[in-house]
Amino acid sequence: MSIKLSELPAEDYFLPGHRACAGCGAAIAIRLILKVAGPNTIVASATGCIEVISSLYPENAWGVPWIHTAFENAAATASGVEAAYKVLRRKGKISHDKVNFLAIAGDGGTADIGIQALSGMAERGHNVKYICYDNEAYMNTGIQRSSSTPYGAWTTTSPPGKAIPIGKREVKKDVARIMVAHGIPYVATASIGYPLDLMRKVKTALEIEGPAYIHVHTPCPTGWRFESNKTIEVARLAVQTGMWVLYEVKQGRLRITYKLSKLKPVEEYLRTQGRFSHLTDDDIAKIQEDVRKRFEEFVEGYRQLGVSVEA
Amino acid sequence: MIREGAGFRELPPAAIVPEPGTSLKNKTGSWRIFRPVVDREKCSKCRICWLLCPEGCKIELEDCFETDLDYCKGCGICAQECPYKAIEMVLEEGSSIA
Repeated sequence: MSIKLSELPAEDYFLPGHRACAGCGAAIAIRLILKVAGPNTIVASATGCIEVISSLYPENAWGVPWIHTAFENAAATASGVEAAYKVLRRKGKISHDKVNFLAIAGDGGTADIGIQALSGMAERGHNVKYICYDNEAYMNTGIQRSSSTPYGAWTTTSPPGKAIPIGKREVKKDVARIMVAHGIPYVATASIGYPLDLMRKVKTALEIEGPAYIHVHTPCPTGWRFESNKTIEVARLAVQTGMWVLYEVKQGRLRITYKLSKLKPVEEYLRTQGRFSHLTDDDIAKIQEDVRKRFEEFVEGYRQLGVSVEA
Repeated sequence: MIREGAGFRELPPAAIVPEPGTSLKNKTGSWRIFRPVVDREKCSKCRICWLLCPEGCKIELEDCFETDLDYCKGCGICAQECPYKAIEMVLEEGSSIA
Protein backbone atom coordinates (compact mmCIF):
# COMPACT_ATOMS: atom_id res chain seq x y z
CA MET A 1 0.00 0.00 0.00
CA SER A 2 1.26 3.45 -0.75
CA ILE A 3 -0.04 6.97 -0.51
CA LYS A 4 0.35 9.34 -3.43
CA LEU A 5 0.65 13.07 -2.84
CA SER A 6 -1.28 13.80 -6.04
CA GLU A 7 -4.22 11.66 -4.92
CA LEU A 8 -4.72 13.08 -1.43
CA PRO A 9 -8.14 14.62 -0.82
CA ALA A 10 -8.39 18.40 -0.56
CA GLU A 11 -10.68 18.19 2.49
CA ASP A 12 -9.27 18.87 5.93
CA TYR A 13 -10.76 17.77 9.23
CA PHE A 14 -8.36 19.76 11.37
CA LEU A 15 -9.19 23.28 10.38
CA PRO A 16 -7.47 26.68 10.30
CA GLY A 17 -8.03 29.17 13.07
CA HIS A 18 -6.50 26.90 15.68
CA ARG A 19 -4.05 28.60 18.01
CA ALA A 20 -0.92 26.50 17.57
CA CYS A 21 2.37 28.39 17.51
CA ALA A 22 3.62 29.27 14.04
CA GLY A 23 5.44 26.23 12.62
CA CYS A 24 3.81 23.72 15.00
CA GLY A 25 4.87 20.17 14.18
CA ALA A 26 2.02 18.54 16.08
CA ALA A 27 -0.58 20.54 14.13
CA ILE A 28 0.93 19.25 10.86
CA ALA A 29 0.76 15.67 12.15
CA ILE A 30 -2.86 15.87 13.29
CA ARG A 31 -3.98 17.53 10.05
CA LEU A 32 -2.35 14.79 7.96
CA ILE A 33 -3.65 11.98 10.18
CA LEU A 34 -7.23 13.26 9.93
CA LYS A 35 -6.87 13.65 6.17
CA VAL A 36 -6.26 9.90 6.01
CA ALA A 37 -8.90 8.97 8.60
CA GLY A 38 -11.59 11.03 6.85
CA PRO A 39 -15.01 12.21 8.02
CA ASN A 40 -16.16 8.90 9.50
CA THR A 41 -13.96 9.30 12.55
CA ILE A 42 -14.42 9.93 16.26
CA VAL A 43 -11.50 11.41 18.17
CA ALA A 44 -10.79 11.43 21.91
CA SER A 45 -8.05 13.85 22.88
CA ALA A 46 -6.17 14.03 26.13
CA THR A 47 -5.28 17.39 27.58
CA GLY A 48 -2.21 18.74 25.86
CA CYS A 49 -1.07 21.11 23.14
CA ILE A 50 -3.46 19.82 20.48
CA GLU A 51 -6.43 20.01 22.83
CA VAL A 52 -5.59 23.49 24.10
CA ILE A 53 -4.94 25.00 20.68
CA SER A 54 -7.98 23.48 19.00
CA SER A 55 -10.77 24.02 21.49
CA LEU A 56 -10.92 27.49 22.95
CA TYR A 57 -14.59 27.52 23.88
CA PRO A 58 -16.86 28.11 21.99
CA GLU A 59 -14.53 27.50 19.09
CA ASN A 60 -13.14 24.23 17.89
CA ALA A 61 -10.91 23.33 14.98
CA TRP A 62 -12.31 19.85 14.44
CA GLY A 63 -14.29 18.73 11.43
CA VAL A 64 -15.12 15.38 13.05
CA PRO A 65 -16.77 14.50 16.39
CA TRP A 66 -14.20 15.16 19.06
CA ILE A 67 -14.13 14.63 22.82
CA HIS A 68 -11.77 16.35 25.16
CA THR A 69 -10.99 14.12 28.08
CA ALA A 70 -8.68 14.40 31.07
CA PHE A 71 -4.91 14.14 30.82
CA GLU A 72 -4.70 10.47 31.74
CA ASN A 73 -7.55 8.82 29.89
CA ALA A 74 -7.65 9.46 26.15
CA ALA A 75 -7.30 5.69 25.62
CA ALA A 76 -10.03 4.87 28.17
CA THR A 77 -12.47 7.38 26.64
CA ALA A 78 -11.82 6.11 23.12
CA SER A 79 -12.26 2.53 24.41
CA GLY A 80 -15.64 3.52 25.86
CA VAL A 81 -16.75 5.15 22.62
CA GLU A 82 -15.75 2.07 20.66
CA ALA A 83 -17.54 -0.25 23.10
CA ALA A 84 -20.69 1.89 22.99
CA TYR A 85 -20.59 1.84 19.20
CA LYS A 86 -20.44 -1.95 19.19
CA VAL A 87 -23.42 -2.21 21.56
CA LEU A 88 -25.52 0.28 19.61
CA ARG A 89 -24.72 -1.56 16.37
CA ARG A 90 -25.73 -4.88 17.91
CA LYS A 91 -29.01 -3.40 19.10
CA GLY A 92 -29.62 -1.93 15.66
CA LYS A 93 -29.78 1.64 16.95
CA ILE A 94 -27.15 3.03 14.58
CA SER A 95 -26.25 2.04 11.06
CA HIS A 96 -22.87 3.68 10.53
CA ASP A 97 -20.31 1.40 8.99
CA LYS A 98 -16.56 1.47 9.41
CA VAL A 99 -16.18 4.20 12.01
CA ASN A 100 -12.58 5.02 12.89
CA PHE A 101 -11.81 5.52 16.57
CA LEU A 102 -8.77 7.63 17.33
CA ALA A 103 -7.20 8.51 20.64
CA ILE A 104 -4.79 11.42 20.37
CA ALA A 105 -2.43 12.48 23.13
CA GLY A 106 0.94 14.13 23.47
CA ASP A 107 4.03 12.56 24.95
CA GLY A 108 3.08 13.66 28.47
CA GLY A 109 -0.45 12.26 28.05
CA THR A 110 1.04 9.02 26.74
CA ALA A 111 4.42 8.24 28.28
CA ASP A 112 3.74 9.73 31.73
CA ILE A 113 0.13 10.32 32.64
CA GLY A 114 -1.82 8.20 30.16
CA ILE A 115 0.23 5.03 30.04
CA GLN A 116 -2.00 2.92 32.26
CA ALA A 117 -5.13 3.76 30.25
CA LEU A 118 -3.20 3.05 27.05
CA SER A 119 -1.96 -0.27 28.39
CA GLY A 120 -5.50 -1.22 29.40
CA MET A 121 -6.87 -0.33 25.99
CA ALA A 122 -4.23 -2.50 24.31
CA GLU A 123 -4.78 -5.41 26.68
CA ARG A 124 -8.57 -5.37 26.24
CA GLY A 125 -8.11 -5.27 22.48
CA HIS A 126 -10.33 -2.29 21.64
CA ASN A 127 -10.42 -1.32 17.99
CA VAL A 128 -8.87 2.08 18.74
CA LYS A 129 -5.91 3.65 16.98
CA TYR A 130 -3.83 5.54 19.49
CA ILE A 131 -1.73 8.43 18.17
CA CYS A 132 1.00 9.94 20.31
CA TYR A 133 2.39 13.21 18.96
CA ASP A 134 5.74 13.48 20.64
CA ASN A 135 7.10 17.00 21.08
CA GLU A 136 9.33 15.77 23.87
CA ALA A 137 8.10 17.87 26.81
CA TYR A 138 4.99 19.49 28.31
CA MET A 139 4.96 22.34 25.83
CA ASN A 140 1.70 24.23 26.36
CA THR A 141 2.27 24.65 30.08
CA GLY A 142 5.75 26.07 29.54
CA ILE A 143 8.22 23.38 28.46
CA GLN A 144 8.49 21.05 31.47
CA ARG A 145 10.39 17.78 30.99
CA SER A 146 8.46 14.58 30.41
CA SER A 147 9.73 11.00 30.38
CA SER A 148 9.85 11.38 26.61
CA THR A 149 12.32 14.29 26.74
CA PRO A 150 15.68 13.09 25.38
CA TYR A 151 18.89 12.90 27.37
CA GLY A 152 20.74 16.20 27.56
CA ALA A 153 17.81 18.46 26.65
CA TRP A 154 17.15 21.75 28.36
CA THR A 155 13.63 22.26 29.67
CA THR A 156 12.40 24.63 32.37
CA THR A 157 12.43 21.73 34.84
CA SER A 158 15.71 20.23 33.63
CA PRO A 159 17.82 23.36 33.33
CA PRO A 160 21.55 22.86 32.84
CA GLY A 161 23.49 24.60 35.63
CA LYS A 162 26.45 24.24 37.93
CA ALA A 163 25.13 21.17 39.75
CA ILE A 164 23.73 19.34 36.70
CA PRO A 165 25.46 20.67 33.58
CA ILE A 166 23.88 18.14 31.21
CA GLY A 167 20.23 19.25 31.50
CA LYS A 168 17.97 16.19 31.52
CA ARG A 169 19.92 13.27 32.96
CA GLU A 170 17.55 10.45 32.03
CA VAL A 171 17.10 8.82 28.64
CA LYS A 172 13.90 9.00 26.58
CA LYS A 173 11.27 6.40 27.42
CA ASP A 174 10.61 4.07 24.49
CA VAL A 175 6.82 3.84 24.50
CA ALA A 176 6.57 2.23 21.05
CA ARG A 177 8.63 -0.67 22.35
CA ILE A 178 6.42 -0.98 25.41
CA MET A 179 3.45 -1.23 23.03
CA VAL A 180 5.22 -3.88 20.94
CA ALA A 181 5.63 -5.87 24.16
CA HIS A 182 1.81 -5.76 24.52
CA GLY A 183 1.61 -7.88 21.38
CA ILE A 184 -1.01 -5.67 19.68
CA PRO A 185 -1.56 -6.05 15.91
CA TYR A 186 0.11 -2.82 14.82
CA VAL A 187 2.74 -0.51 16.28
CA ALA A 188 4.63 2.11 14.29
CA THR A 189 6.86 5.11 14.73
CA ALA A 190 6.58 7.99 12.30
CA SER A 191 7.81 11.52 11.74
CA ILE A 192 6.37 14.62 10.12
CA GLY A 193 9.68 14.81 8.25
CA TYR A 194 8.34 11.85 6.23
CA PRO A 195 4.67 12.80 5.81
CA LEU A 196 3.67 10.17 3.25
CA ASP A 197 5.20 7.43 5.40
CA LEU A 198 3.22 8.77 8.37
CA MET A 199 -0.01 8.76 6.37
CA ARG A 200 0.60 5.25 5.04
CA LYS A 201 1.09 4.01 8.59
CA VAL A 202 -2.16 5.61 9.73
CA LYS A 203 -3.97 4.00 6.80
CA THR A 204 -2.44 0.62 7.63
CA ALA A 205 -3.47 0.97 11.29
CA LEU A 206 -7.04 1.86 10.32
CA GLU A 207 -7.34 -1.19 8.07
CA ILE A 208 -6.24 -3.65 10.76
CA GLU A 209 -8.90 -4.72 13.24
CA GLY A 210 -7.83 -4.21 16.85
CA PRO A 211 -5.68 -1.76 18.76
CA ALA A 212 -2.85 0.11 17.09
CA TYR A 213 -0.28 2.54 18.36
CA ILE A 214 1.52 5.17 16.27
CA HIS A 215 4.20 7.34 17.81
CA VAL A 216 4.80 10.49 15.75
CA HIS A 217 7.88 12.64 16.23
CA THR A 218 6.72 16.27 16.01
CA PRO A 219 9.35 18.98 16.52
CA CYS A 220 8.28 22.07 18.48
CA PRO A 221 9.91 25.38 17.50
CA THR A 222 8.85 27.03 20.77
CA GLY A 223 10.14 24.39 23.15
CA TRP A 224 13.12 23.11 21.20
CA ARG A 225 14.32 26.61 20.40
CA PHE A 226 14.60 26.74 16.62
CA GLU A 227 13.18 28.99 13.90
CA SER A 228 9.57 28.21 12.99
CA ASN A 229 10.41 27.45 9.34
CA LYS A 230 12.82 24.65 10.30
CA THR A 231 10.22 22.21 11.74
CA ILE A 232 10.33 19.72 8.88
CA GLU A 233 14.07 19.98 8.48
CA VAL A 234 14.63 19.21 12.18
CA ALA A 235 12.23 16.26 11.96
CA ARG A 236 14.12 14.85 8.98
CA LEU A 237 17.48 15.31 10.68
CA ALA A 238 16.27 13.36 13.73
CA VAL A 239 15.63 10.38 11.45
CA GLN A 240 18.78 10.77 9.36
CA THR A 241 21.03 10.94 12.44
CA GLY A 242 19.40 7.90 14.05
CA MET A 243 17.94 9.89 16.96
CA TRP A 244 14.50 8.73 15.81
CA VAL A 245 14.04 5.37 14.07
CA LEU A 246 11.13 4.80 11.69
CA TYR A 247 9.72 1.29 11.82
CA GLU A 248 6.52 -0.68 12.08
CA VAL A 249 5.62 -3.95 13.75
CA LYS A 250 2.67 -5.43 11.90
CA GLN A 251 1.21 -8.71 13.18
CA GLY A 252 4.46 -9.52 14.96
CA ARG A 253 6.77 -8.67 12.08
CA LEU A 254 9.25 -5.82 12.32
CA ARG A 255 10.10 -3.71 9.29
CA ILE A 256 12.39 -0.71 9.41
CA THR A 257 10.64 1.71 7.06
CA TYR A 258 13.45 4.19 6.58
CA LYS A 259 16.67 2.27 6.24
CA LEU A 260 19.90 4.15 6.66
CA SER A 261 23.11 2.92 5.17
CA LYS A 262 25.02 5.60 7.02
CA LEU A 263 24.03 7.75 9.99
CA LYS A 264 24.66 11.47 9.86
CA PRO A 265 26.53 12.72 12.94
CA VAL A 266 24.07 13.55 15.75
CA GLU A 267 25.74 16.93 16.06
CA GLU A 268 23.96 18.02 12.87
CA TYR A 269 20.63 17.40 14.61
CA LEU A 270 21.57 18.70 18.07
CA ARG A 271 23.09 21.95 16.79
CA THR A 272 19.85 22.98 15.08
CA GLN A 273 18.19 23.43 18.48
CA GLY A 274 18.72 25.84 21.34
CA ARG A 275 17.65 23.22 23.89
CA PHE A 276 20.95 21.39 23.24
CA SER A 277 23.15 24.50 22.99
CA HIS A 278 24.79 23.85 26.39
CA LEU A 279 26.15 20.43 25.36
CA THR A 280 29.93 20.09 25.21
CA ASP A 281 31.79 18.06 22.59
CA ASP A 282 32.13 15.26 25.17
CA ASP A 283 28.37 15.24 25.80
CA ILE A 284 27.72 15.01 22.08
CA ALA A 285 30.24 12.17 21.75
CA LYS A 286 28.36 10.28 24.47
CA ILE A 287 25.00 10.81 22.72
CA GLN A 288 26.59 9.70 19.45
CA GLU A 289 27.88 6.54 21.12
CA ASP A 290 24.44 5.82 22.63
CA VAL A 291 22.77 6.24 19.23
CA ARG A 292 25.31 3.98 17.53
CA LYS A 293 24.87 1.30 20.18
CA ARG A 294 21.08 1.51 20.04
CA PHE A 295 21.17 1.24 16.28
CA GLU A 296 23.36 -1.84 16.35
CA GLU A 297 21.26 -3.58 18.97
CA PHE A 298 17.92 -2.41 17.61
CA VAL A 299 16.89 -5.50 15.68
CA GLU A 300 18.19 -7.89 18.34
CA GLY A 301 16.20 -6.03 21.02
CA TYR A 302 12.98 -6.63 19.10
CA ARG A 303 13.81 -10.28 18.49
CA GLN A 304 13.92 -10.63 22.27
CA LEU A 305 10.35 -9.31 22.40
CA GLY A 306 9.31 -12.22 20.21
CA VAL A 307 9.08 -10.18 17.00
CA SER A 308 10.31 -11.61 13.69
CA VAL A 309 12.30 -9.34 11.42
CA GLU A 310 11.64 -8.62 7.77
CA ALA A 311 14.73 -8.16 5.60
CA MET B 1 -24.04 28.65 16.74
CA ILE B 2 -23.37 29.73 20.29
CA ARG B 3 -24.40 33.36 20.66
CA GLU B 4 -21.73 35.74 21.85
CA GLY B 5 -22.42 36.85 25.42
CA ALA B 6 -24.88 33.99 25.95
CA GLY B 7 -25.79 33.25 29.56
CA PHE B 8 -25.26 29.77 30.97
CA ARG B 9 -28.94 28.83 30.61
CA GLU B 10 -28.68 29.21 26.84
CA LEU B 11 -25.52 27.14 26.51
CA PRO B 12 -25.57 23.46 25.55
CA PRO B 13 -24.74 21.17 28.49
CA ALA B 14 -21.24 19.82 29.15
CA ALA B 15 -19.55 22.58 27.15
CA ILE B 16 -20.59 20.88 23.92
CA VAL B 17 -19.86 22.84 20.77
CA PRO B 18 -22.60 21.60 18.44
CA GLU B 19 -20.95 22.69 15.18
CA PRO B 20 -17.69 21.63 13.55
CA GLY B 21 -14.86 23.96 12.65
CA THR B 22 -15.99 27.10 14.46
CA SER B 23 -12.32 28.07 14.83
CA LEU B 24 -12.58 29.47 11.30
CA LYS B 25 -13.87 32.59 13.02
CA ASN B 26 -10.44 33.11 14.55
CA LYS B 27 -8.32 34.83 11.91
CA THR B 28 -4.80 33.90 12.95
CA GLY B 29 -3.33 35.85 10.04
CA SER B 30 -2.94 38.79 12.42
CA TRP B 31 -0.01 36.95 14.06
CA ARG B 32 2.07 37.16 10.91
CA ILE B 33 5.37 39.03 10.69
CA PHE B 34 6.53 37.55 7.37
CA ARG B 35 4.19 36.93 4.46
CA PRO B 36 4.75 34.14 1.91
CA VAL B 37 4.80 35.46 -1.65
CA VAL B 38 4.64 32.90 -4.42
CA ASP B 39 6.36 33.25 -7.77
CA ARG B 40 3.70 31.90 -10.12
CA GLU B 41 6.25 31.17 -12.83
CA LYS B 42 8.26 28.90 -10.55
CA CYS B 43 5.36 27.09 -8.84
CA SER B 44 4.85 23.66 -10.36
CA LYS B 45 1.92 22.76 -8.11
CA CYS B 46 3.77 19.84 -6.54
CA ARG B 47 1.61 20.19 -3.40
CA ILE B 48 4.52 20.09 -0.93
CA CYS B 49 3.59 23.46 0.67
CA TRP B 50 -0.05 22.37 0.82
CA LEU B 51 0.94 19.10 2.47
CA LEU B 52 3.22 20.60 5.12
CA CYS B 53 1.28 23.76 6.10
CA PRO B 54 0.43 23.52 9.83
CA GLU B 55 -2.65 25.68 9.26
CA GLY B 56 -3.85 23.93 6.13
CA CYS B 57 -4.26 27.34 4.52
CA LYS B 58 -2.75 26.71 1.08
CA ILE B 59 -5.33 27.16 -1.65
CA GLU B 60 -5.06 25.54 -5.05
CA LEU B 61 -5.51 27.96 -7.93
CA GLU B 62 -5.32 27.19 -11.64
CA ASP B 63 -1.63 27.93 -12.04
CA CYS B 64 -0.21 27.83 -8.51
CA PHE B 65 -0.83 27.42 -4.79
CA GLU B 66 -1.70 30.63 -2.95
CA THR B 67 -1.86 31.28 0.78
CA ASP B 68 -5.02 32.15 2.66
CA LEU B 69 -3.71 35.21 4.47
CA ASP B 70 -6.66 35.17 6.86
CA TYR B 71 -5.02 32.24 8.64
CA CYS B 72 -1.34 32.12 7.62
CA LYS B 73 0.82 32.72 10.71
CA GLY B 74 3.92 33.24 8.60
CA CYS B 75 5.91 30.30 9.95
CA GLY B 76 7.82 30.01 6.68
CA ILE B 77 7.75 26.20 6.38
CA CYS B 78 6.33 26.48 2.83
CA ALA B 79 9.18 28.74 1.70
CA GLN B 80 11.77 26.53 3.38
CA GLU B 81 10.44 23.26 1.94
CA CYS B 82 9.45 24.39 -1.57
CA PRO B 83 11.61 22.28 -3.93
CA TYR B 84 11.42 24.99 -6.60
CA LYS B 85 12.22 27.91 -4.29
CA ALA B 86 9.04 29.55 -5.53
CA ILE B 87 8.05 31.12 -2.21
CA GLU B 88 9.70 34.09 -0.59
CA MET B 89 8.99 35.39 2.91
CA VAL B 90 8.49 39.16 2.85
CA LEU B 91 8.31 41.37 5.92
CA GLU B 92 4.74 42.53 6.48
CA GLU B 93 4.08 46.23 6.20
CA GLY B 94 4.21 47.78 9.64
CA SER B 95 6.24 44.88 11.07
CA SER B 96 9.85 45.19 12.05
CA ILE B 97 12.50 42.86 13.34
CA ALA B 98 15.13 43.93 15.82
